[in-house]
Amino acid sequence: MYWQKDIETMDRAELEALQLAKLKKLVDYCHDNVPFYREKLDASGITGDKIKCLSDIQYLPLTTKEDIRNNYPFGMFARPMKDIVRIHASSGTTGKPTVVGYTQNDLEMWSNCVSRLVVAAGASADDIVQIAFGYGLFTGALGLHYGLENIGATVVPTSSGNTEKHLMLMKDFGTTVLVSTPSYALYMAEIARDIGLDPRKDLKVRLGLLGSEGCTLEMRDKIEEAWGMFATDNYGMSELVGPGVSGECTYRCGLHFAEDHFFPEIIDSNTLESKGEGELGELVITTLSKEGFPLIRYRTKDITRLNYEKCACGRTHARMDKTVGRSDDMIKIKGVNVFPTQIESVLVSIPEVGPHYQIVLKTVRHTTDFEVNIELLDASLLTKYSELEGLQKKIAHKMQTVLGLNPKINLVEPKSLERFAGKAKRVIDLREK
Amino acid sequence: MIIKQISIFVENRPGRLAEITDIIAQNGINIRALSIADTTHFGILRIITEHTNQVEEVLKKNDLTVSITSVISVCINDKPGGLSSVLHVLADNDIQIEYMYAFVSDSKKDDAYVVMRIEDDLRAQEILKAHGFYGLEIDE
Ligand SMILES: [Zn+2]
Repeated sequence: MYWQKDIETMDRAELEALQLAKLKKLVDYCHDNVPFYREKLDASGITGDKIKCLSDIQYLPLTTKEDIRNNYPFGMFARPMKDIVRIHASSGTTGKPTVVGYTQNDLEMWSNCVSRLVVAAGASADDIVQIAFGYGLFTGALGLHYGLENIGATVVPTSSGNTEKHLMLMKDFGTTVLVSTPSYALYMAEIARDIGLDPRKDLKVRLGLLGSEGCTLEMRDKIEEAWGMFATDNYGMSELVGPGVSGECTYRCGLHFAEDHFFPEIIDSNTLESKGEGELGELVITTLSKEGFPLIRYRTKDITRLNYEKCACGRTHARMDKTVGRSDDMIKIKGVNVFPTQIESVLVSIPEVGPHYQIVLKTVRHTTDFEVNIELLDASLLTKYSELEGLQKKIAHKMQTVLGLNPKINLVEPKSLERFAGKAKRVIDLREK
Repeated sequence: MIIKQISIFVENRPGRLAEITDIIAQNGINIRALSIADTTHFGILRIITEHTNQVEEVLKKNDLTVSITSVISVCINDKPGGLSSVLHVLADNDIQIEYMYAFVSDSKKDDAYVVMRIEDDLRAQEILKAHGFYGLEIDE
């Protein structure tokens, strides 16, 4: 099923011609309407005319979250406030939030992007959808809300909090789709069982539209098992538009971009050079259609890779992998980029050990010694040393497959590693600089 | 002859072994035999006591990884070349010993026991008994 079939299955050559035309316009539009971009574009001497092909985008300046903050609140809006009909903002954990504005056309474009992804995930006008995202300045709830109304689904805006009430409504209304974060979906299933409801039997939820935080495959399996639902992932961020930037189809082999509105690139976070198809790096997005708050080459800090092959679902728009992590969390070991989420994904697949870990990096004879401390849980392995050694080897082998590095695995006692430790405590870097 | 042994996963850091034996002592339990083998990072502590289940419970409450295994105990004192004769009997019957350690009994003077972990301990027990060996009998 498609929402805008002509666009979603558009021939790539045609799509790329559309993107190029939009990109040329965007460059001049930003130059003429946003002082921040005028200064940058004038300095580099690039105008819309000079862009001859899509790969010329690499000559355009990058934009960071810092740039948006420096122009707080409305400095990067490209339209006067009389044309802006909505404001959203992302919660700034440090300092001022990043503020974004939408014109009427932007809201329409946004709703259509969300409609595309929810239809691709399997939602329809017959569905009753409960939205368990917090409403307010955050884009997640209202984004999904209007996109789902747009396809004719029945939207129940339960918002966040009071989980027992959510569950009661879910049962009484016969809700079929849940919109929430992956962790809240798991939490809800737990509360359901606590109050005597079996989500698989007593509730009708068949589809989960999960987003706003990363979801590993292992976590998705747990959610599907707990709810008896089909769970899909979607991606977006308020700076770009909110949810609707990309989302999984029912084949779940990557998240399809709305590529006519959002142009994706991958760059190396350190050198800022462009990377090719299939290469892992930082996702950079250019908004091709936004009027109120256009962005040129916005650095998302999310690490992923792109795939331009036509999908089995028929869509031609590029797909991104589930994000591997944030570039801020990246650790460079022996020239290889390692993300905490990669290590977590290995550990949750090995029941003999716990999910917590600590990375220790040392310099031994001029080379890096990479060790990972992991908590041993399975007591049945204590009969023989060889079993513990076998477990260490098994973990090291899986790490090698996922990371491309072969760490030394140290087994430690349960609950001896710190819980909820930030990067500083999860990684002990004793390397000589 | 077949008795229960407690295995405990212990990290190799100063004072850790003392902390664990303290936990056992604080519960008024006497350790009859103890063995520890270690690598650079961790060790497996093996304990024989008369209160196996109680020790297991206490250690698990302290978040330790603990398991109970059956092992064979054989008295080796009152036969000349006792240990080697036990080992010969087992070797002649193709029985492999995964690990073993010895301790001196505190109840009867001059008695020594060897504790062995053997996969098929029932068969080993039968053969050893047929050759006149006997071991510890611990009832909980
Ligand atoms: Zn697809």
